[in-house]
Amino acid sequence: MTAAPLIIFAVLAAVAVASGLAMMLSQNAVYSALFLVINFTVVAVLFLILGAPFIAMLQITVYAGAIMVLFIFVIMLLGGERLPAPQQRLRWQQPLAVVLVLALLALAGYVFAQGAAPAAVLAEPQDYGSPAALGLLLFTKYLFPFEFTSLLLLVAMIGVVVLTAVEERRRRLPRASRRT
Amino acid sequence: MIPVNYYLALSAVLFGIGALGVLVRRNALVIFMSIELMLNAANVAFVAFSRQFGELDGQIMVLFVLTVAAAEVAVGLAMIVAIFRTRASINVDELNLLRG
Repeated sequence: MTAAPLIIFAVLAAVAVASGLAMMLSQNAVYSALFLVINFTVVAVLFLILGAPFIAMLQITVYAGAIMVLFIFVIMLLGGERLPAPQQRLRWQQPLAVVLVLALLALAGYVFAQGAAPAAVLAEPQDYGSPAALGLLLFTKYLFPFEFTSLLLLVAMIGVVVLTAVEERRRRLPRASRRT
Repeated sequence: MIPVNYYLALSAVLFGIGALGVLVRRNALVIFMSIELMLNAANVAFVAFSRQFGELDGQIMVLFVLTVAAAEVAVGLAMIVAIFRTRASINVDELNLLRG
């Protein structure tokens, strides 16, 4: 095995971790959103390497496209790029959070160390990860969960409409009570 | 081919960064982005396992995670907009009352 795939993976992983950290540490929410777009794009490239071209394209269009545009739209709508200098109410929370996350990573490392060495990766089967193969599985074995996601999206859509229509209803109420 | 262990390690690190962001940041929008990062880390693990075993089930799971993430973002951002209308703030430290 040549070292080339390992180097490519190392570079991509480094960019993913660095953009994730930059997303978390950046004080401006717009920069955070743009760093998250970099992260999603790099992860999409990793999906391509792993033989999942359809998922990679979906990642770009749904995550980096639709979801992040929604995020940036709301950030700019609310003017929430920067919060006014926060006075910390829970001072002990930040160090505790760092300690807990390090404990989580240590636990993950312990599990990796305990587990058996992974078996050699199988050769890629014929037609692996193609939209046709994914679609066949989605409409046979996973038909019920797939139909259920449509219900989930419908409920989410209704929820969004109800949540954002609250203001409108409140404005209309006094007028209705005046008439009666 | 990279061993699946490396992808799992990357997934764990990304998940840790997301969890840290949720715990440390005070901006509700950045907290939401950190949740997205954690979902994405889970996706990396799913696809890596899918490749390891040569089955497509992991990739189907990613499809469902994407759907849930889209629904979650839509509802969450609507909630943030509604909260901003009543409190004029998206600092989660200032949102400590149940009534509006």
